[in-house]
Amino acid sequence: MMGDFVAALAAQGFLQHALAAGLLASVGCGVMGPFVVVKRITFLAGGIAHAVLGGMGVAAYLGGSPLLGALIAALAAALMIGAVRLRASEREDTLIGALWSVGMAVGILFIARTPGYNVDLMSALFGNILMVTGDHLRLMVALDLLLLIVVAAFYKQLLAVAFDEEFARLRGVRVTVFYLLLLCLIAITVVLLIQVVGLILVIALLTLPAAVAAQYVNSLSRMMLIAVLLGALICTGGLALSYGPDLPAGATIILLAGGVYLLSTLAGRVLRRG
Amino acid sequence: MSAAVAVGAVPAIALHEVQFRYGGAARRPPVLEAVNLEVAEGEFLGLVGPNGGGKSTLLKLVLGLLEPERGSVRVFGRPPREGRALLGYVPQFRTFASDFPISVVRAVLQGRLGQTRRLFGYRREDHAVALRALAAVSMAELAERPLATLSGGQLQRVLIARALACAPRILLLDEPTANVDAQVESSLFDLLRELNRELTIVVVSHDVGFISGYVSRVACLNRRLVCHETSALSGEIIAEMYGGAAQIIHHHTHLDPGDSHSPGAGAGGPR
Repeated sequence: MMGDFVAALAAQGFLQHALAAGLLASVGCGVMGPFVVVKRITFLAGGIAHAVLGGMGVAAYLGGSPLLGALIAALAAALMIGAVRLRASEREDTLIGALWSVGMAVGILFIARTPGYNVDLMSALFGNILMVTGDHLRLMVALDLLLLIVVAAFYKQLLAVAFDEEFARLRGVRVTVFYLLLLCLIAITVVLLIQVVGLILVIALLTLPAAVAAQYVNSLSRMMLIAVLLGALICTGGLALSYGPDLPAGATIILLAGGVYLLSTLAGRVLRRG
Repeated sequence: MSAAVAVGAVPAIALHEVQFRYGGAARRPPVLEAVNLEVAEGEFLGLVGPNGGGKSTLLKLVLGLLEPERGSVRVFGRPPREGRALLGYVPQFRTFASDFPISVVRAVLQGRLGQTRRLFGYRREDHAVALRALAAVSMAELAERPLATLSGGQLQRVLIARALACAPRILLLDEPTANVDAQVESSLFDLLRELNRELTIVVVSHDVGFISGYVSRVACLNRRLVCHETSALSGEIIAEMYGGAAQIIHHHTHLDPGDSHSPGAGAGGPR
């Protein structure tokens, strides 16, 4: 089966694109996933991911690029949730839930009203890694580079805000700015992952490799390294497993990620007991 | 205010007629009322009082995490937000996740924030400062240990090291011994006495009997504040407060809110 995949990979341009997209997505989710896991904001990231459909729908209706719409909607959702959380006034989880559903509803309405129905709803929801274009890959490279540069430049501050906001504030770190920056970087990562696994499945690829890494190492930077490598393995493996029997690639990748997480957790339990 | 302050010297901490209440004006009774306090540089002040008496609130006002409703707070003559860089703070409750994946030295390095370069990683000097701070609290050999694996006493030492890495002139500690046993408690206070040679220290405690053996002055806070020199404390005042010499044995005795030395009227209930 693997032999078939490797042969097909050598021959088929669309598979090479798919593999490249999987690897590029792994970089983004490996770098940002650890922040989501240690800061315990999985639900928040999920809210951003689902609100993205609203932006894609509106962009499609207006005849613009759905990805640009996704990016704008993701950043807007991140800033809205962040602003509410920092005020500490309204119920953050209620707002996340509202953005989650309202964003999807807006997206579905606008897609239904778009003449020609040129946004494929299923691929937005569940990804379509086999349809990745060269333009899309270039955009992914650009977003990955942006994430890597910003995280490297402000690693100290982002780590401090993730670890202990009160202490960071006392040391003169602008906690509000860096918390919102963190959410915006997560929003960019979500957009990066949509083409690969779709906005419904994004959360698993964002958090599971990082959660597995957290079981083995005790630093955020090492978590990132392991999560990137693990994400790359999972994306490649999922793509290969799905190719022969013609399964949906996004769902296969997520099931593989879930399987790895389950096995790692169980193995950890057994090892600790033994 | 205090006789210990030399003429012309700027006090390390000065509170003047400070009033504070949670939840905005008039809705709740004030937590602090007409509080006046001057802490001279080099002092080791113990801040005691019943739970809910306003001890942690007072520290947060000094740190600028809270704003007073009335009165003024100064750190070396400056408003708290500006004087903050000179303060090292050890909070009462852990303000981070207990399983956060971070090594001891990486946590201590965060004390360098605000005094190191803005972009990219910490500099070599920052690592040197962090390791010196860990050595000062006898934790140098655990520098690479995951923070999550430390005992309560070890964690307190690391949090003190993180505060020392800020290169502060004043160290503020909020109930540093609340979650450790009596032996660790004495060793922590021995460490603080050691650090007091170079730093002004304010330590919050509910345990006046224990800290009076270490600090130079005790301030009793129960909404209002009253100061005692520790020498005066050893006399009739302690007898009145605790009934004889029992305080040395009963380390975890709480101040009775109805005590004659807690001048705030009424019980210091939870805020």
